[in-house]
Amino acid sequence: MASVPSDVEPLPTAIKILVAGGFGAGKTTLVGAVSEIRPLRTEETITEESVGIDDLSGVERKETTTVAMDFGRITINSELVLYLFGTPGQDRFWFVWDELALGAVGAVVLADTRRLPGCFPSIDYFERRGTPFIVAVNCFDGADRHDPDEVRAALDLDPVVPVVLCDARVRESSKEVLITLVEHVVNSTPAYA
Amino acid sequence: MNEWLDEDAGPVVRPYAMTRGRTRSSGEFDLIAIVVATGAAAAGLEPEHVSILELCGSPLSVAEISAHLDLPVGIVRVFLGDLLTAGLIQTRAPQPVAEMPTRRTLLAVIDGLRAL
Repeated sequence: MASVPSDVEPLPTAIKILVAGGFGAGKTTLVGAVSEIRPLRTEETITEESVGIDDLSGVERKETTTVAMDFGRITINSELVLYLFGTPGQDRFWFVWDELALGAVGAVVLADTRRLPGCFPSIDYFERRGTPFIVAVNCFDGADRHDPDEVRAALDLDPVVPVVLCDARVRESSKEVLITLVEHVVNSTPAYA
Repeated sequence: MNEWLDEDAGPVVRPYAMTRGRTRSSGEFDLIAIVVATGAAAAGLEPEHVSILELCGSPLSVAEISAHLDLPVGIVRVFLGDLLTAGLIQTRAPQPVAEMPTRRTLLAVIDGLRAL
């Protein structure tokens, strides 16, 4: 990567936070609530080797899959830009998650109490990977409001993982979720003590 | 798009035809690497190169370039590699992944979010 010569204005450093959760948990809604730009969509085209089941010769075929990610941006200051990436909902695209999780500050796992199991794969993934995360319970209209402790118990979370209630449609609420995450990263990482 | 084709028709040109079959970029471009144009469009560039240079008049991430041009990231990386080789862009990779953001950076993020 070319370095930036001193005669040009320095480019900002970018950091990223991931927003994960099951299908329909409100990932893009949360990104859109805090982003300074309308959420954008980028696509990765992935070529997967697959063996055709009906193919008697067992010849490998290549299948092209498109994985879409929605993201938003928050300019923190002239030197720092924060990107929020909604992780692809489908569990089988772990390799895209790996690229997204690399270097991420941390992750917000959105939970929908009507479909709690939808966020299990995200939690498993970040626990295994050691990525700091919090759980934000998106309070949908018509869904019973849950006690965060009940959600914590249902998800069998480590006691240090914060669980907060939020309304992903509301800017202030989504801001609080992100602040809780970054504070959690600062407080739970020994290197920052 | 002309009157005979809408988005349902799918892409009219297969994406990698635009890169003349090249799928490898000459540089590594992270999704949040920041790109800025440092040179003007010259002869011999593809329309996509020119579009990228126009977009990157002010710094923009690879993910944003991909979204604005409605092209998969892999394709955008090939074009960015060409532009980097030609000396027409500069990029800033995100913080090295082996290094965690500094405490100062994270506190700046918290302040920035509160100020939104």
